[in-house]
Order: sequence, then C-alpha cells, then structure tokens
Amino acid sequence: MKITYTDVLVIGGGLAGLRTAVGVRERGLDCIVLTLVPPKRSHSAAAQGGMQASLANAIMGEGDNEDIHFEDTIKGSDWGADQEVVRLFVHTAPKAIRELAAWGVPWSRVKAGAHQAIINAQKVTLTERAEAHGLITARDFGGTKKWRTCFTSDGTGHSMLYAMDNKAHERGIEIRERREAMALIHENGRCYGAVSRNLMSGELTAYIAKATCIATGGYGRLWSVTTNATICQGIGHALALETGVAELGNMEAVQFHPTAIVPVGILTTEGCRGDGGVLRDVDGYRFMPDYEPEKKELASRDVVSRRMTEHIRKGKGVKSRYGDHLWLDITLLGRAHIEKNLREVKEICESFLGIDPAKEWIPVRPTQHYSMGGIKTDYRGESPTLRGLFSCGEAACWDMHGFNRLGGNSVAETVVSGMLVAEYIADFCQTPQSHIDISTATIERFINAEQAKLEALIHGGSGEDSFVLREAMEQIMMDKVGIFRNAKELQEAVEQLQELLRRSRNITVYRSKSLAANPALVNAYRTQKMIKVALTVAYGALLRTESRGAHAREDYPERNDHDWLVRTLSSWSDPEQSLPDVRYEPLDVMRMELPPGWRGYGKDLTIHHPDTPTRAAEVEAIKAAHSDRFARQKALSAALEKLPKKYQGRNERLSERFES
Amino acid sequence: MSEGRTLHVHILRFDPHLKDDKPRIETFELREAPGMTLYIALNDIRKYLDNSLKFDFVCRAGICGSCAMLINGRPGLACRTLTSKLDAHISLAPLPVFELIGDLSVHTGNWMRGMSERLETWIHTQKAPDIDRMEERMEPELAEAIYELDRCIECGCCIAGCGTIQMRESFVGAVGLNKIARYRLDPRDERSDAQLYQLIGDEDGVFGCMSLLGCADVCPKELPLQSQIAYLRRKMVQIGK
Ligand SMILES: Cc1cc2nc3c(=O)[nH]c(=O)nc-3n(C[C@H](O)[C@H](O)[C@H](O)COP(=O)(O)OP(=O)(O)OC[C@H]3O[C@@H](n4cnc5c(N)ncnc54)[C@H](O)[C@@H]3O)c2cc1C
Ligand code: SF4
Ligand code: SF4
Ligand code: FES
Repeated sequence: MKITYTDVLVIGGGLAGLRTAVGVRERGLDCIVLTLVPPKRSHSAAAQGGMQASLANAIMGEGDNEDIHFEDTIKGSDWGADQEVVRLFVHTAPKAIRELAAWGVPWSRVKAGAHQAIINAQKVTLTERAEAHGLITARDFGGTKKWRTCFTSDGTGHSMLYAMDNKAHERGIEIRERREAMALIHENGRCYGAVSRNLMSGELTAYIAKATCIATGGYGRLWSVTTNATICQGIGHALALETGVAELGNMEAVQFHPTAIVPVGILTTEGCRGDGGVLRDVDGYRFMPDYEPEKKELASRDVVSRRMTEHIRKGKGVKSRYGDHLWLDITLLGRAHIEKNLREVKEICESFLGIDPAKEWIPVRPTQHYSMGGIKTDYRGESPTLRGLFSCGEAACWDMHGFNRLGGNSVAETVVSGMLVAEYIADFCQTPQSHIDISTATIERFINAEQAKLEALIHGGSGEDSFVLREAMEQIMMDKVGIFRNAKELQEAVEQLQELLRRSRNITVYRSKSLAANPALVNAYRTQKMIKVALTVAYGALLRTESRGAHAREDYPERNDHDWLVRTLSSWSDPEQSLPDVRYEPLDVMRMELPPGWRGYGKDLTIHHPDTPTRAAEVEAIKAAHSDRFARQKALSAALEKLPKKYQGRNERLSERFES
Repeated sequence: MSEGRTLHVHILRFDPHLKDDKPRIETFELREAPGMTLYIALNDIRKYLDNSLKFDFVCRAGICGSCAMLINGRPGLACRTLTSKLDAHISLAPLPVFELIGDLSVHTGNWMRGMSERLETWIHTQKAPDIDRMEERMEPELAEAIYELDRCIECGCCIAGCGTIQMRESFVGAVGLNKIARYRLDPRDERSDAQLYQLIGDEDGVFGCMSLLGCADVCPKELPLQSQIAYLRRKMVQIGK
C-alpha cells in the first residue's frame, strides 16, 4: 500500500489549481498537484477571448471600476450569485491580472491615438489616450457596460496557463501528471485527501493531506456536443458527491454559448461579436436587433442563445445534415484584424470547416459551454459539510456566476479564486482542526475499495458496455436537458438516467483487460460517475419551476424570486439510491448590495421577493447618504473585510491614482 | 468525392505494460464521414473496433498540443487533420524520442517539464510586483512580438522532426531554443545574454542545431523557428567570443 503525506493536495492542474498551489507554497506549505494531463494541456488553455478586470485603460473602458463590474456580474447571474463572493472577486480581479503581467503574460496593450473599430456593424474611430499608452487594453464582451475584457491577441488562456505553470515550476511545486483522483478519503465529516490512480501504470496511491482542493473544471462532456475539452467530465463533482457528505450547488445552471461551429462544437470566441461580428439567418438577415434592440449580439450569453434557438424554431435556420444552424459573420472586421486578434478562429475555420472567415460566414449554433454549478463551498472555498475539502475554479460553486456567467469572468475567477482560496487554506492549515487524524486501517479501506471496483469491472461477467451507456447519457442530456426545458422532457430525462444508473452498476470491460493504461477501463469507471452527476443536473432542473438566467423553463417563463431565490444543494447520502437528496439554501435579500431587479432583456416577468422593496429602499437611502463610492460600498456590505489582508488594498487606475 | 470511402488506418501498436507484447502494425477499416478528423476516426476505432487503443486528445481543436503523432511519417496534430486530405491508407505511429505510454500515447509532459526546468523558462526578476498599483507599461508591438513566440503549444512535433536530437538526446530542441528567444525578448526577464549563454551556449543548445529546419516545417503553430534560431545563434556566438 502506497501512502504519500503532504500539507495540501490540489486535484487539477488548470489555472485554478495551479494558482492555489502557488499560493499555499508561498505560505510555506507543501503541496502536490494531481492532474490527468500535463498542466499546460488543461482546458484553461482553450480560453481565447479574454479575462475581465476593471482596469479602465482603454478609452471604451474609461470610468470603469469594481462597482460597475459588480453590477454587470450580478445582473448577468440573474441575481443568483452570492453577492459577497462577487464583491471579493471584482476587487481582486485587477490584482490578479497585474500579478500575471508581472509573471510574464504578454497582455495586449493600449496604443495611443486613433484606431478603427466596428461597433453595431458601423466603422467608428476610437482615440486612445496618451496617458494610457502601454497599459493593458480591453475589448468588448457580452453583458458588460464597459470594455473590460483584457486579452493577449487570440490566446488569453494559453498565455495565462503557461505563465502560471512556469511559475509553479519556478516554485518547485510537485506536479504529478496522468494521475486521476478516484475517491476522496474522509471520515467523520472531515476530508483527508484522495486515492489516486496512475493512468500509465495503474498503480493506486493514497495522498493524505490536511486540506484537499478540487479544481477539476466543468462537466460539459455530459452532453454529446460541447465546446469543452474531452476531460471536462465532472469527475471532481462525482468525487464530492460520492462522499455522501459534500454537496453540489445549482447543478442545473448550465450555460450554452451562442457560437460553436457545426457540427463539432468547437468554440469561436465571443471576441468575434465583441469586436463587431454579427449573426445572420438563412436569408442573410441580421436578426438580433429585432429581439434585443439595445444590446443586440452582445446581450448576455444565455439571452443570445435563446434568441437564436427561437429564431431557428421560426424556420429561419439554415438547414444542414447536422440540423439547423445560423451564420456568424465576421467578414466585416477585415482580414488584418482577423489574422491578428482572431487568428485562432481563423485556424479553426480553416482546419475544421475548410473556410476562410475573412470571406465566408461561419456556421454556428448554441452549444453547451460552461458549468455554473459545482461543488458547494463558502466564500473561503470550503465545503460547509465536509471540513478540509476545498474547491475553486469552474469545478466550484462558491457562487460567483449564479445562473449565467459573463464571458471573460471565468478565467478571471480561476485566478482570483486560486489566490483567495490558497490563503484561506493556509489559514486553515494553521488551526488545530487541520491535524491529520485518520488511521492507516481506514486509508487502506479506501484504497482497497477502489481496487475492488476496478477488478470487478475487469473481471466481471457479461455486464453492460460502458460506451453504450455513455452515449445514451450524452444523448438524453442533449435532447432533454438543453437550452429550453420543460417538465415532460425533464421527467423523462430523469427516469431514463435512473435506468442508466441502474445498468451502470453492472458494467464489464470487454477485451481490454489491463489494469495499467487502459482507456476502456477509464471509460467504464468514469461513466458510472458521470451518470450520477448528470442526474443532479436533470433532477435539479426538473424541480426548479421558474426561469432564471440560463435555466429557461418553457412551462415557467417567469423568474420567481418569491419561491426560488434559493440555491439548489444536492448530495448522495446512500450509494444505492437512484436520485440525489436535494435541499435548498435561501439567498438573503436583506444583505444584497444590489437588490433583485430586472436584467433589461425581453419582458419583465419577475415575481418579486417580499423583502425586495424594503431592501431596495434601504439601499437607496444608503446611496443618497454617501457620495464617495468607497464609503457607499462599505455601508452597503462588509464583504471586503473578509478578504485576506494582503488583498484588501484599493486598486490604482488612471482616474484613481495613488499618491506616490 | 471523399465521402463514403473506406479508410484503412495502419497503427503502430505496442503496450510496454503488457508482458510479451511486441510492436506491430494493426490495420483498422472504417467508413469515412464528412468532416471526419483523425480525432473522430480514432475514437470510432476505439468505440467500435478495439477499446484498448491508446491515444491522447484533450481540446480536439488544435490548441492544447496533446495529440501530436506521426501521420504518414510526418509529425502533426491528429485532431486538426481532416481524413479527406489524406489517402485512404493512413499510417499512424507515436512520436519518437518521447517515452512511450502505449500505442499512440507518449509522455511529452515530462520531457517538456525537464526542458523547462533546465532552461528555467520563467521570468527571472528581483522585483516583487505591487499588484495594487498600475501595471508596468509595455509597447504594444513588443507585447505582440512576445506573444508570437509564446504561442508554442509544446506538442513535440519539432522534436520528432529534428535530426540533432536523434544523435544527442540532451539537445533542447527548437521548442527549447524558441523559449529562450521568447524570454530574451521580454524586458521583464532580467537575465543577461551571458546568463542565457550558460544555458544554451553549447552543443545541447544553439550550437547543436544543424539548421536543417525539420522543425520549422512541422510546427503546427508556424512559429518563426528558423529566424529565431539563427538570430539566437548569432547573439550567442558574439557572447562566446
Ligand atoms: C472553448 C472555451 C473557451 C473559453 N473561453 C473563455 C474566455 O475567453 N474567457 C473566460 O473567462 N473563460 C473562458 N472559458 C471558460 C474557462 O476557460 C474555464 O472555465 C476555465 O479555464 C476553467 O479552469 P479550471 O482551472 O477551473 O479548470 P481546467 O482548466 O478545466 O482544469 C481542470 C484540471 O483538472 C484536472 N482533472 C480533472 N479531473 C481530474 C481528476 N479526477 N484527477 C486529477 N486531475 C483531474 C485536469 O487534468 C486539469 O488539469 C472558455 C471555455 C471553453 C470551453
Ligand atoms: S533546425 Fe535545429 S532544431 Fe530544427 S530540426 Fe534542425 S537541428 Fe533540430
Ligand atoms: S515549437 Fe512548434 S512544433 Fe515545437 S513544440 Fe512548440 S508548437 Fe510544437
Ligand atoms: S487535442 Fe489539443 S491539439 Fe489536438
């Protein structure tokens, strides 16, 4: 039996996991990172579009600050987000980007003087300020009042991830590649690490740690078509779920991105529309202004995806053998711009569609993209029900995005959450509660259980084929748990998934019998896990009888704050049960900085919460009493006091200079 | 018309973890579908014909560098390769040089990490940034030039295509030299040319390169490897004098 001890075990080597590792190392703790793939291959590398931070350097970002970023994020979330967490986030995002600048990310910079841009399909001239020359610039993204999305040409996530991984090398952080966390080791409501499988040799090892942090990314691969990488399978969520103790939050909150290419689902970045690209229908007609006269193509993602689907349903889609699609037209941006700032898009169009996007329109349709739901944590990143288990990045639901995430807020979240959660973990490791108090007999029990499961899959009799179950699950999610949802389909989805779950308990790996590197074995045990996670999504969606953000119920079109201003919490207390346990946690209107209101899209159908008018009046009074924005914010919420001391300082901007 | 062709995929297979397994070529036949890439083809083979076939894909969009292999003898990204652009007989083999995990899967990660630790591919600076304050300025053109070199995805194609490395295992390859060029360009990295010379001023570095440029031909990101290596060599020759 192999046991390795460390202070902090980080599961996941994407942006969130690596930043957490760097942070705890800086606080003097030992740390091991487990990852399925070399960290630089993590899905974070695929983020082409950018990272939001309110630097206010570009002329179209002038006047931006934390408060505006805060409002955009809360509105974007359809008031589903945790407002304290969002406040911590918007305050730390500028620091995160500046830290990355120092660590080597070649952020695109402001160039003083006039340049051409496309806004609302019109050529306009923007003049950048001389004083901003050489500072980090930003582009427009959906759902934001200011141009706030910072980027590196066409490869933001790539550059960020490389800088971060290099930082981890510099700090000598131990990274174990091709290691898969198989189960969390826990006892009496306390998490002590994980059993991990070496994907090359098959060897099982127990990693025992004071604190364990899951940063395994999203669960997009529950759907057959998704923009997500092949390893975004929700395994981290399943690890938490299978403890029976930890909870998942808002798993039904799933974002569909408007512009993935047809048929393979590879993303073309929101930067295409941010930079001026438009959507067209079968007649070449630009339809978004009819639906959303103000924000048009740059309405929030969930809104654009629904409008596109509506338009296709009206018969305005372009027919293809893979189903109907629409067109993304970026020809109006010109070749020079495309080849520099959207080169990745160009490469994708050439390699996967065989077209030239400077001349031809791109076939697109809304496609699963982002998992707002995740492992439920408090603002410190810790599970409220399983001590010592932390989570951050896309895997977590500390709840920054509520029911819809803004483009560019996710890579920002990965880094910010890594910075903050690392500090809270380090604080935790200094308390007596963090002591490791688990017997080797218990550890052995966890390893043996995993070994037994693997052997049962390999040596079992004539059971089910996991590839078949997996495909069936993906199809159910595609057909019945999509952009528009209704009780009938969701009910069917839940029942069919329950049936798949039952069958998945009897999977056999045929032919390929190795316990070492063996893709069939991997598919078998992951399928068992994924079906459970899919059930939390489908069941949560069925129960939530309202529409909020990306969760759109055709049978309940109104956002219902009166009954549903709550976070869904799912757990799986008994391994034999076929549905998750679900309970709800209310969001406290009386503590909101921005009381629930209307997002400004379509008709306002909101059924309000009884506390909303009271809190709105309070907030108005506080705002009237303070002209200084910092004093006002402090009077509205004490959130910033929760920040680690080192991150409490204000952020300098051209318009808010520090005295030197 | 490529639609409906029968593809014959010849794969070099070997599982070092299985006792008695020997390298061999196995052929799989499958029907070509429109828009089919090698990612789709290999997954179909795994799903329907042989579930033990090992290969690596992560992003399946030409972004992450996981899926490099020899495609008809030439290093390339499998996910970005449309079968319609290939003959009906396709031969696939793992990248050479790297440790073999099994079939088409190789351990590029630990090779790259070793290279990175050796060349210290990170910003070396004495300054601790004050992240509350405005970031240091950088000329927009310089940021772009750095990004141009930062685009390497560590896929390993240049290593597989390199003549030097076949003879000198410790050669850092075009990928390594490009990284040095990238940090050299970056004013945030305070290392001097003399310090860089310590890292690459020998046969394992810039003087090992025979300028045959196998690397530049196969780099899927079309990095300017040729000009960067030549420039670096000139600079290093000056230091060495
Ligand atoms: C195509 C695309 C484009 C995007 N563009 C943008 C954008 O422009 N701006 C933006 O803000 N956001 C964007 N996003 C979203 C953003 O990229 C992700 O949300 C974010 O990068 C997730 O980072 P992460 O660190 O949480 O997880 P990931 O980067 O997904 O990393 C997960 C890590 O966990 C590891 N792992 C998983 N399971 C296990 C296990 N069981 N054991 C061990 N290790 C495991 C993996 O190996 C990996 O290292 C985009 C997403 C997609 C799909
Ligand atoms: S030019 Fe140098 S690095 Fe490139 S393939 Fe030839 S020997 Fe290798
Ligand atoms: S230099 Fe090019 S070929 Fe070599 S690893 Fe980087 S991207 Fe791949
Ligand atoms: S799978 Fe990422 S480059 Fe091919």
